Amino acid sequence: MEQQTKDLINNEITNNEVCLFMKGTPDAPQCGFSMAVSNMLKILEVNYKGINVLENQSLREGIKEFSDWPTVPQLYIKTEFVGGCDIVKEMYESGELKKILENKGIVYKK
Amino acid sequence: MAMDLKEIETLIKEALPNAKVDIQDLAGDGNHYSAIVTSTEFSGKSKIEQHKIVYNSLKGKMGNELHALAIKTKEQ
Repeated sequence: MEQQTKDLINNEITNNEVCLFMKGTPDAPQCGFSMAVSNMLKILEVNYKGINVLENQSLREGIKEFSDWPTVPQLYIKTEFVGGCDIVKEMYESGELKKILENKGIVYKK
Repeated sequence: MAMDLKEIETLIKEALPNAKVDIQDLAGDGNHYSAIVTSTEFSGKSKIEQHKIVYNSLKGKMGNELHALAIKTKEQ
């Protein structure tokens, strides 16, 4: 991965408490899995930044290597990789996602 | 590109010989699958680690030949 891509990812996850690397944007997701995670964050009223990997081919490939995770979407909270769609969905349903938000001091709808 | 259901099952079982693998072709198009994988190998590991074991068993096909595979892992 190019250093430039690595720096870009590091900047995004450092400067945004909740970061979602996704296909499309929160307003116009272009993949069902990205939409699903985006919607869960919206329901919880979490302030997050959606980063559209479709706009940047080196980011699209780089994020997979960065997280050692082969798919998009990818959710980061306070620089920590939380998971992809399946894991986030499971955590949302079990209430674990709220716990992580709480523990990391992120504002959400209780 | 599409991938055969049996091929996915075989790859997962090669990596996790004792696992119970339940795969469904969600859309009937050979491109969107769900897999429930139950294995003793998962115990004590985080969800991320568990999913990585399944992804790794697919030897780089995930996100390439295999467009969508929803994974659910269960500890035995």
